[in-house]
Order: sequence, then C-alpha cells, then structure tokens
Amino acid sequence: MSSGINDPKLNLMAPSTRWDTGVMEGGSVIQTNVDQMIDWLVNWGRANSMWYLLFGLACCAIELMQTGGPRGDTDRFGAVPRSSPRSSDLFIIAGTLTYKMALRVRRLFDQMSEPRYVISMGSCSNCGGLFQYSYSVCKGVDQIIPVDVYIPGCPPRPEALIEGLLKIQEKIKSEKYLERRYGLISSDEVAASGPKAQGT
Amino acid sequence: MSPQDIFDRLTKELGEDVVFDLHADPKKDKDPWFQVAPAAIARVGTRLKDDPELACNYLECVTGTDYPTDKKIHVTYHVYSLSKKHRVVIKCFCDRESPSLPTVSTIWSTANWQERECFDLLGVTFEGHPDLRRILLPEDWEGYPLRKDYKEKDSYHGIPTTRPNPVELFAIKLPEKPGAGSAEKPS
Repeated sequence: MSSGINDPKLNLMAPSTRWDTGVMEGGSVIQTNVDQMIDWLVNWGRANSMWYLLFGLACCAIELMQTGGPRGDTDRFGAVPRSSPRSSDLFIIAGTLTYKMALRVRRLFDQMSEPRYVISMGSCSNCGGLFQYSYSVCKGVDQIIPVDVYIPGCPPRPEALIEGLLKIQEKIKSEKYLERRYGLISSDEVAASGPKAQGT
Repeated sequence: MSPQDIFDRLTKELGEDVVFDLHADPKKDKDPWFQVAPAAIARVGTRLKDDPELACNYLECVTGTDYPTDKKIHVTYHVYSLSKKHRVVIKCFCDRESPSLPTVSTIWSTANWQERECFDLLGVTFEGHPDLRRILLPEDWEGYPLRKDYKEKDSYHGIPTTRPNPVELFAIKLPEKPGAGSAEKPS
C-alpha cells in the first residue's frame, strides 16, 4: 500500500479529485487514474477561464460592469468579458428581459458553444421582479433558456455576482468532463477499473 | 405671449370651429390648454411655427391618453417657443374606434418617433406619416397595450406570459402575522 503513487509522502499535486464523487479534496495525495487526472486538469482549466458574454440589459448591467472593474475584478478568477457569443462560456443575464429581447437572448444562447453556463442575475431576470405584471416583460429567463445559478437582489451587489461565479466554478469542477464529452464509454471504463485498481 | 393671447390670435386667424374650448384657470389647470379640431391639427401647427409672433419651433411631447368611458382618445401636443419663451398645450379628441390624425412630422420632424410611439401603444393612425411602424414593441405584436381594455395574451412565441405563484405551487405555509386578528390599537 505504501508504494508507488499512493505513497503519502509523494504529494505530487494538490488538491485532487475523488474518483466517486468528483469532489475536490484539498491537500491529499493523488488517488486516481489517467481519466480522472485528465478530468481534473480540464476542469481546472475550464473553471479558471470562464469567459462571459459582454451583455447587459438594464441596471444590473451597471453592477456587472462594477464587478468587472478594479474593485470586483473578476479577472482574478479568469473571468473576462468577450464580445462574441461564439467565444464565451458564460452567459450572465443582467437585467429586465422583455419579450422583444427574449428571442434575441435565445438566439445568442444558441450561438454559444457547449459547455455553456447561464447566470440569471437579479430579480427581473429570475422571475420578472418588479415588472412581472407588465405586458412586455418576460417572467423569468428560465422560461426560454436553462439557468445554472440564480442570484437574488435588485440589483445584486458585485460580491453576490462573484459568489455566483464561484458557484459556477464549483459546478464545473464537480463535472466529469470526459464522460460528458465522450458519452458513457469512458465512465464505464472508469467504473470498472477505478476502485479495484486502487484497492489492491 | 400668454395662453389667452395665443388662443385669441389662433381663433381670429383660423376660426372658432377649429380652435376652441380654452382652459386657462390658473387654479385648476397647471398647463393652460385648448382644443383643436382633429382634422385641422396640421394647419394649426403650421400657423404656430410660421407666425413670427408665435414662433413655436420646438415640439416637446406628443402624448396619447385613453378614455374608454368617453369613447375618446386624447392626443396632447406640448409646443414651446425657444425664442419667445411661451408654451402651448393642444389637445385633439379622437374617436376611440378608429383614431386618426394628420401628421405634424412635416412641421416638427421630432414628431416622427413620438407619433410612432403613440401609434405603437394606443393605435392612433397618423395620416401622411413617412414611416408609421411600431417603435418599441416587436413588429408582430397584437393589440395596443396602453388601451385600458387591453388583455395580455397567454403566450408570446411559445413563451408563457404567466408564472405560477411559488406560495401556491409548493404549498408554502406563510407564518401568521402577530396581532393580525386583533383590532388595531392606536398607540
């Protein structure tokens, strides 16, 4: 047991990913095979380069700009604004969504390449908010596109948006990228080889 | 010039069946206003702008208001003179079933978008307008939402226009407010 890659003294790289839950374990020894190592590495890279679409609808966009500015500084998490949906991974819906804009938001979302994530920022994009009885306001952005993280607030402070960004990072790090990308073949191999190989 | 002077000048030049019904009571009417026959609004506008004594060269606002009990739609024009520093408020009472007015966008070109907005939200047709399309709502919108009897559609392009109340959806039991049952006592 105390030999090879499982040697406790051999702290190659920390933190590592648990094979079964995919949760990060801080400071532990690598107990994984190549698939999980690639998963961890790819997720690490993806989570720290969340490029979001430069897209604002209403007053929440002012807070979004604050967050991107020097005080909030999402750049330190690797999140920078991109002006094209084709090169961005994260879609932050910041503001009141009208029906006229909803069709265009749907179109922008369709132009983004997968894997893509959506943050619904503020009460208006969560459920229509203050304007939910208006004839022209869409009652929540989840009526048109799937949403990963909802941020309450009117508008949310930059700290709240940063926490939403960190939740997206957590979600990415808990994903099994190879399984998602190449289907169930890889995960079957992982299930067959993973725990037995480590137990011996 | 005072609103009374402007009104008198216009009635003298254009006739009392075109410009009438002055409301200039300073206690009741914050902005003194008078009526203009809907078909003659372009003539009145031309006179207001071209007369050197009036010189109303700035159209501030075109507003529409729906009055379903009177079966009327009021279209209000706020006109200002930047050189003479006086303001005129004109109202046209249109029929609610088919509201129609001559355009004033040939006189004041700022009326172009304002009349489009009035058409978009209230359905007032401005005859002679160069580009009478919807300006705020999508092109394929049905109905005029600022009319009092407007009913919202169930969906727009497959997007539902209602959202279930989470209190009813998840059967959340709200806490009772303390002292809600008892009569209110003045402190």
